[in-house]
Amino acid sequence: MELFSHNAEFKMDVLREVGNIGAGHAATALSRLLDKPIDMAVPKVSFIPFEDIADRVGGAEEVVVAIFLRVEGEAPGNMFFLMSQNQARALLQGLLSFELSDGPQYTEMELSALSEIGNILAGSYLSSLADLTGLPLSPTVPAIAVDMAGAILSYGLVQFGTMGDEALLIDTTFLEDDRRAEGHFFFIPDPESFERLFRALGVPI
Amino acid sequence: MKEVIIVKIGMADLNVASGGDSLKTTGLGSCVGLTLHDANIGIAGMAHIMLPSSDIAREGQLNIAKYADTAVPELLSRLKAGGANVRRLVAKLAGGAQMFAFASGSDSMRIGPRNVESTKLALAAYDIPVIAEDTGGNFGRTIEFSSASGILTIRSVQNGVKEI
Repeated sequence: MELFSHNAEFKMDVLREVGNIGAGHAATALSRLLDKPIDMAVPKVSFIPFEDIADRVGGAEEVVVAIFLRVEGEAPGNMFFLMSQNQARALLQGLLSFELSDGPQYTEMELSALSEIGNILAGSYLSSLADLTGLPLSPTVPAIAVDMAGAILSYGLVQFGTMGDEALLIDTTFLEDDRRAEGHFFFIPDPESFERLFRALGVPI
Repeated sequence: MKEVIIVKIGMADLNVASGGDSLKTTGLGSCVGLTLHDANIGIAGMAHIMLPSSDIAREGQLNIAKYADTAVPELLSRLKAGGANVRRLVAKLAGGAQMFAFASGSDSMRIGPRNVESTKLALAAYDIPVIAEDTGGNFGRTIEFSSASGILTIRSVQNGVKEI
């Protein structure tokens, strides 16, 4: 992307910090929900070939639980909260003490609870980002899917597809204290959002 | 007996196989998996199409495997180079799902169905019949196509394995 031909390292650092602040608030929200400490890895920010994006979560065919929100406002983009099936179950048990149904199927109630968790986390991610940048940003109602990681993530890359074969994403990993649950936050700003984010944060273009 | 080689097709990628080998692509969501087969000489082609039309491309170096309107002619010329006759080719389609349903149906959200439409349009320009398809829905698919039999095997999380 042309925007990154100049000062790329610094711009990546800024985006890493965006992920750090956003996901930091989301981790705090999750920690309150579960009433236990949540760790967060340093966000990874990079241009990744489409091919390799699903590898971050175990491969294109790995079945994951994904909550997807479209970010609307001045810096639109796509946001995914992704976790493995085990992680989703651990989250449901930890949060709601659900008697979990067997098999890969989730009940309406379980899916709705997971969507709501995604909603709360994405909401805190975005509101901290909106505070930081002064840009109005709001999430759409979340949609949830339990399916192959490749099929889910490719959906969030369509905007990048017209520009090349790689996407810039901000990937933050959450870990529960006892490592029982791990989740990924992917924030994929639309290509035209980067310039607005940088301007709002006072980064020379 | 010769071992069957499975040729992997990435996202926005295409290739051909013959001599009993297979073609495979994983995690099709809104993308379309297009397969073409010439039964007479046992040659098969597959494309993992991501976007409906190269008109919307803003990239410098166009990846022709990515768009329906450019992937179809490219796959045809690769098959022809391998000895296929365009008049014998038949097509099968899979994918083109709408992974997430939203009330506000903006255009980019309908990308799956649009990919299917454009692929069919591009095939029609060469009079290539679509003899089977498993498209739409809201789930991902992994597909494998045999150059020997022309059978397309489709796997999904919810619906298991299906052959068309």
